[in-house]
This record gives sequence, C-alpha cells and structure tokens, in this order.
Amino acid sequence: MSFRGGAEESRFGTEIPRELGMTDRSMFKIVDGPIDEVALEGSVRTDADGAVIVFRGVARKFSRGREVVHLEYEAYPEMAEKVMAEIGNEIKERWPVSGVAIVHRTGVLEVGQASVVIAISAPHRGEAFAASQYAIDRLKQVVPIWKKEVWDDGSQWIGWESESGARAQASGVSEL
Amino acid sequence: MPEVAQQIRVHVRLFASYREAAGAARLDVPLPAGSRVADLQAALAQRIPALNAARGLIAVNQEYVKPDVELHEQDEVAFIPPVSGG
Repeated sequence: MSFRGGAEESRFGTEIPRELGMTDRSMFKIVDGPIDEVALEGSVRTDADGAVIVFRGVARKFSRGREVVHLEYEAYPEMAEKVMAEIGNEIKERWPVSGVAIVHRTGVLEVGQASVVIAISAPHRGEAFAASQYAIDRLKQVVPIWKKEVWDDGSQWIGWESESGARAQASGVSEL
Repeated sequence: MPEVAQQIRVHVRLFASYREAAGAARLDVPLPAGSRVADLQAALAQRIPALNAARGLIAVNQEYVKPDVELHEQDEVAFIPPVSGG
C-alpha cells in the first residue's frame, strides 16, 4: 500500500497523461490551523480535467437541539493521513479521477469555519461528484479524528451516542 | 541460544474521551512477552473503564487490528474511540 503525504508533481507535468488518460495528483494532510484551500485545489487539477468538485465541511451552530459555542477537533495524525491516503486509493480503484485531496484540521473551530476540505478532479463531472460523496462518507466512517461539541452548559465528544454509528465504523474498517 | 525477553514495552496512544479519562495522551506500558492487545486493554481498563465498552477500535503501528493480535517490543498501540471526523 503506498502512502502519499503531500502534493505530488507528476513526472509528466501537465502534458502527457498515463495510459488511462490520468496524471496522479494527491494530498492527504492533517493540519493544526486554517486549511489552505487554494493550495489544496491547486494540487488536484490537471489539464485533462473538466471538473473539480470541492466539498467543505463547516461547523454549524445547531446540533441535537443545542446551540454550539465552538467545536474542537483532535486527530491521530500519522494514522489519519495514512487512512485518508487509503481512501484515495479506494477512489482511484472505483472511478477514473485524476486527483484526490483531503485535508482535515484540528483545534478549535468557530461556527462557519471549515473542518475538512476535499477536492476531486476528473475529466467528467459524474465521477467527480460520486467520488467526493464517497470520500466524505468514508472519512466519517474510518479516519481517526474526533469532534467535541462545546455548548454553554457542557461539552461532549461525538461518536458514542449512536450504536449504529459505532457499528458503521466497525463494518467500515473491515472493508479497508 | 539467545535469551527470550520476559517483558516488552509498548507505546500507548490515547485520544479524545479516552485521553481525558486517563489524564494522558501517551503511556509506556510494560507487558509480559507474548501479550495480546486484549491483555493490554484489560490492564488499561482499570484506569479507563470506557475501553471495555467494545465500541472503540484498536490500532497497532497505525493499522486497525483485532484484539487477539500479539504485541511486540516498541509497538505503538492506539485506542481509538468511535470516530467523528468531517
């Protein structure tokens, strides 16, 4: 299993695609601060691509009937980057995409700030849409990152509250 | 004939609710040679009862494993509560 930890330049640059018509652009990172979305999107696009889909997960104010003061994210960064790269491999096995970038941040997030940004590039929009949905759904299943909701009157690490959530995680991992 | 080590040391990583319950993000834990992940989990559950809830996962050297996996000297063992990234 290969592990890509940063933006890569294809040895063909942006000119000659590999036999499937794709060059290889990827980024899988945990950062402890605001996500550099410009660099992230720049890391995926090639001249063969007609679509770049960007998903931003942002902190929302209302959760389970309570008002969130802020969120806190914690990660197991070495393993999270490895698992995100594996998700990138799963995506490339299923869809003809060019580039996959997943960056998740840690630390304190105010409402409206982005916790995760995913960018997928592909020649056509169909596979880019499908792959980006898969990427966020899969990240939420198996990547070792945790969210803490902080309210006026307390806080909670999210993940324990639903048995089905825990089962989804366990079954998601068995498919890795 | 080389001496068989009687004891190994593993590096435990704790996160989120486990980290808060333990009061530590990292622990160095000595174990009898031949110990399995389940043995380490049982040893830690005194300090972190939530480890017994069986909803979390365990990773050794950054790969998810089952509890019957044998541990080796200097293994990094992470106890991973139900995840909530994204």
